[in-house]
Amino acid sequence: MDTDKKPDHDELIHLAPEMAIAEDLRPEEAGAFVRGTSLWRDAWRRLLRNKLAVFGLVVVTLITIASIIGPTVIKKTFGFTPDYIPTHDLTLTRSFPPFTGPNGEFTWTHPMGTDNAGRDQLARVLQGGQISLFVGIIATLVSLLIGVSYGAIAGYIGGRVDNVMMRIVDVLYSLPYVIVVIVLLSMFRSQTPQGQLILLFVALGSVSWLTMARIVRGQVLSLKNQEFVLAARATGVSGTRIIFRHLVPNTLGPVIVYATLTIPQIMLTEAFLSFLGFGVQAPLASWGNLASEGIQHIGIFPWQLVFPGVTMALTLFSLNFLGDGLRDALDPQMRTV
Amino acid sequence: MTPDGNLLEVKNLRTYFETDDGTVKAVDDVSFQLKRGETLGIVGESGSGKSVTNLSIIRLIPSPPGKIVSGEVIFNGNDLLLLPNEAIRKIRGRRIAMIFQDPMTSLNPFMKISRQLMEMTEIHLGHTRAQAREHAIKMLETVGIPDARERADNYPHEFSGGMRQRVMIAMALSCKPELLIADEPTTALDVTIQAQILELIKTLKRETGTSVILITHDLGVVAGMTDHVIVMYAGKIFEQARTRELFSTPGNPYTKGLLRSVPDPTAEQGKLYQIPGLPPDVAHLKPGCPFAPRCERVEEICRREFPPFVQLTADHHSLCHFAREVYSQSGGTPA
Repeated sequence: MDTDKKPDHDELIHLAPEMAIAEDLRPEEAGAFVRGTSLWRDAWRRLLRNKLAVFGLVVVTLITIASIIGPTVIKKTFGFTPDYIPTHDLTLTRSFPPFTGPNGEFTWTHPMGTDNAGRDQLARVLQGGQISLFVGIIATLVSLLIGVSYGAIAGYIGGRVDNVMMRIVDVLYSLPYVIVVIVLLSMFRSQTPQGQLILLFVALGSVSWLTMARIVRGQVLSLKNQEFVLAARATGVSGTRIIFRHLVPNTLGPVIVYATLTIPQIMLTEAFLSFLGFGVQAPLASWGNLASEGIQHIGIFPWQLVFPGVTMALTLFSLNFLGDGLRDALDPQMRTV
Repeated sequence: MTPDGNLLEVKNLRTYFETDDGTVKAVDDVSFQLKRGETLGIVGESGSGKSVTNLSIIRLIPSPPGKIVSGEVIFNGNDLLLLPNEAIRKIRGRRIAMIFQDPMTSLNPFMKISRQLMEMTEIHLGHTRAQAREHAIKMLETVGIPDARERADNYPHEFSGGMRQRVMIAMALSCKPELLIADEPTTALDVTIQAQILELIKTLKRETGTSVILITHDLGVVAGMTDHVIVMYAGKIFEQARTRELFSTPGNPYTKGLLRSVPDPTAEQGKLYQIPGLPPDVAHLKPGCPFAPRCERVEEICRREFPPFVQLTADHHSLCHFAREVYSQSGGTPA
């Protein structure tokens, strides 16, 4: 504050003292202010300090990119699609080991070998990745959409409505969901692989939102008694708007963490179902049904199981590491260390 | 406005809370009026029903367990307690606005300051985003946020307590309400900021002609800000008077005790006065005066009979068996 020009009373009132101090100390920055770090930037910094989480993030990103563009690149380079079955050569076997051509020579054509029908294993694993990740992400989105709104509404309204809504969740919870999914899938068994895939989305999505609903409800229960909710109500904000504009964003931390951990869980379920033959059907590939095909010839053609299996394990590990890392980054108080 | 010039008229308001421990009569038969442009102070100890009274006015009592059992809240001639939910929501924020005690928790930590301010005018005045934003920035400037245009996009945690309370005031005033309820607006702030905030409320009140209900337990604040004062104790109005009169000639032993409890910085060092005992448990009130166990002037009748609400002058009332005597002792002449 200038000493020669004494500000009058009214001016003082309208000037927060902390700003006055800031101007005093750093006259060159008068008018400007220091940008604080946001919650997200803080969380991001903490995430980057966690080596396992960074490893997870890198691997997941690489596998996702490879799965998305891989099949197209292979098509452009070698000229075959994941479901291309060669018909020209009729050798004894069509299952070639990695980096091996029809006559046992070294070749770059099939880095992961081929499967029983002679389809390129790398292309199949990448396509499987596409479908596995897709199933995981779609089911998680469904769980986000249904679970978050369901939980938030139950928690905000409270009382009897909450009671009824959460008892429904409890009932659904108590059903063994794998069996529910199997029953659903076999009851509405579709003729086309694509139809079966959609059915799988529906089945997995319909059971994946339960935990999310519980988590969000718990969060909302503790949030709704905070003063800012009362303040929002006192300014005439409607219930719907309070739920979705004020409360849901506040639950974002736990929701993100849980969603990241749901993706591998769903992918594992999908793999399990496909392995049993209920999920993704050939010629479409997922890591589950590739493994299921591979296990039939584990003794002679081990690469048919190893490659999809290892890729899947790596992805699931990475997603879990990433999820754990996110939890630590978004909720630093929860760390026990 | 009602013919008698009252903006707000609360009549026999009773708000009870059903708890496992019995019915808590948080507000029990409270009546008062507020004229347009005036400031009303409500003082009392914690738990005396100050906040519940005001939450009842805009019907924000958490229900269950709370319930407005009876009474009328006449605002501009309409009984707010009879309005449908949709209508009361249009009044909240638009015509009756509130400022809360703790500016640290009453802003949504996940929303930008600008968004929270814009929400008000978007809902109530039908502003477009751009209009609402301009209005929000204007309001922030009005309450004295420096660099309002840049700071509008900050999050609440980037603001200090005093600035957040300014934001709350900006929010409360952005629709030009007719009544502003300030629930201990300065309790959570340090003294210099307190003075600024109070001065700000005063200035804005003068400029906009808003009526104010100021809830506080700081008698100094009441003295400097209000036209009328209500002293509450155990959910009841113990004394009601013009501010000047209440401070010069209190007509209730409780008010006297409160006034004596204010530390006098010029006095010799010594023991600070305090009213002995604790506020009663309003779930289990005994018959008789709720203040009797702590009262200096207590007599047999106080423990037996509930005291009458004695009218001392035209607008001075006191809930005490000996209101007239206490009033005369303070130097007043009862009418």
